[in-house]
Amino acid sequence: MEDIIDIEQLNLYYEQFHALKNIDLDIPEKTITAFIGPSGCGKSTLLRTLNRMNDMITGTHIEGSVKIGGKDIYGNDVHVEALRKQVGMVFQQPNPFPKSIYDNIAYGPRLHGTRDKKVLDEIVEQSLRQAALWEEVKDYLKRSALSLSGGQQQRLCIARALAVQPDILLMDEATSALDPISTLKIEELVQELKETYTIVMVTHNMHQAARISGRTVFFLNGEVVEADDTKELFTNPRDSRTEDYISGRFG
Amino acid sequence: MIRRKELDQDLEVLRTLLRQMGAHVVHALEEAVISLKTLDAVKAQQIVKDDAKLNAMEEEIMDIGSRLIVTQQPVAKDLRRILVAFKISSDLERMGDLALDVAKVTLRLQGQELIKPLIDIPQMADLVQVMIEESITSYLDENTDLAYKMAKDDDQVDQFYSRIITELYGYIASNPETLSQAMLLTLVARYIERIADHATNIGESTVYLVTGRRPDLNQ
Repeated sequence: MEDIIDIEQLNLYYEQFHALKNIDLDIPEKTITAFIGPSGCGKSTLLRTLNRMNDMITGTHIEGSVKIGGKDIYGNDVHVEALRKQVGMVFQQPNPFPKSIYDNIAYGPRLHGTRDKKVLDEIVEQSLRQAALWEEVKDYLKRSALSLSGGQQQRLCIARALAVQPDILLMDEATSALDPISTLKIEELVQELKETYTIVMVTHNMHQAARISGRTVFFLNGEVVEADDTKELFTNPRDSRTEDYISGRFG
Repeated sequence: MIRRKELDQDLEVLRTLLRQMGAHVVHALEEAVISLKTLDAVKAQQIVKDDAKLNAMEEEIMDIGSRLIVTQQPVAKDLRRILVAFKISSDLERMGDLALDVAKVTLRLQGQELIKPLIDIPQMADLVQVMIEESITSYLDENTDLAYKMAKDDDQVDQFYSRIITELYGYIASNPETLSQAMLLTLVARYIERIADHATNIGESTVYLVTGRRPDLNQ
C-alpha cells in the first residue's frame, strides 16, 4: 500500500512553545490511523497540520515537510481551499450549518462550482448514503440540520466532508460527544469508509483506537514515541512509556 | 507510576492461585508415584478425591480473568498476564488429571504384586516434579532463562521415557504373563512424560508473558 501522507522532520512552534518535535511519520492510503496520547501531547496539533488548520493560529511556525500525495502542502503554490477539499475534517462537536440537510451537503460542491441541480441531488444522496444517514433523512431533506440528533448531526458532518470527494478524512475526537450507540454507528461507518478514503483520527478513547484503527501512533510531549500496527501496539508495545500509558499507569 | 488498585490486586490473586495449583500438582504427582510404588489404594483414592480442588482453582482463575477483561479492559502486559493465567491454569489442570491417571493405575493393580521394583519411574517423576516447580518459579519470577531450561529438562525426561518403554517391552517379550501390568506401567511413564510437556508449556507462557513472543520449547 502506498503512503499518501509523508511527514519528515516536522517541527511546529506556537510562539516559543515547541509543540511538535522532529516528527517522521508515513501514513498509507486507505487505512485508519489513530493518534493517541495524553492532553497536550501534540496529537491534535499534528492532525491540524495535515489540512493547515494551524495557519489560523497566529505565531505558528513550521519546519520540515508534510507531503500529501507526494506534494508538500506547505509549498508556496498550494491553495489552502484546494487542500481542504482533498483533506476533509470532522470535529468533536457536530457543527452543521443552520441550513437544511440538503444545503449542508450541497454547500461544498456549490462552493467548488457545481450548479446543476441533478448533479447536486446525486452528490447529496451518495454522500448521505456513504455516511449511513440516507435512509433516516431521505424524506426530510428540506428540514433544518439542527433538528437532527447529535449522532445524526455528526454523520451529516461526515457526509458534508465526503461531498467534495476528499482523499483523506481527519477526525478530531469525532465521537467523544456522542452516546455509545451513535459512537458505534460512526465506528462502523468509518470501517466502511476505509475502503475509499484514508482516515486519520485523534481519540482519547484508547479502546476505540484498538477497535477500529489499523495503525496507532502514540504521542508524548510533542514527539512520536511509537507507531505500529494497532494489534502489536496494544498487546506488545516496544516502549515502556507506551505500555504505561495504554495500561492506564501513566503519570 | 499509577497503580490500578483493583486490577493489580486481582492479578496478584491470579498469581497466588497459580502458585497453589502448581504446589497441588507437585504433591499429587509425588503421592501418585508413592501410591504406585507401595500399591497404596487409600493414598490413590485421596488423589482422586483432591482433584476437584484443582478444577475449582482453574475455574476461579477463569472467573477472575474474565471479569478483569470485561471491567478493566487490560492491554499490553496486563492483558498478557491474564491470557497466560488462563493458559497455565489449563496446563496445570491437565497435569493434575495425568497425576490422577497414575493413581488410577494403582487402583487397577489392587490384588497384584509389582512385576519389578519401580526405580526409573520414580526417578523420572522426581525430575518432572522439579520441572513443575521450576516452571512455576519461572512464571512467578518472570525468569526466561529458567523457562528455556524446561526444554533441556524435557529432553532428559524423554530419554527416561524411552528407556522405561524399552525395558518394559523386554519384560513383555520374556514374560508374556506380565503383559497387562507392563502395559499399565508404560502408560504411567507416558502420563508422567506428558506432565513434563505441560511444564514446558508453562515455560513457553513465561516467555510470552515477558517478551510478547511465543517460542516452541516442545520440540
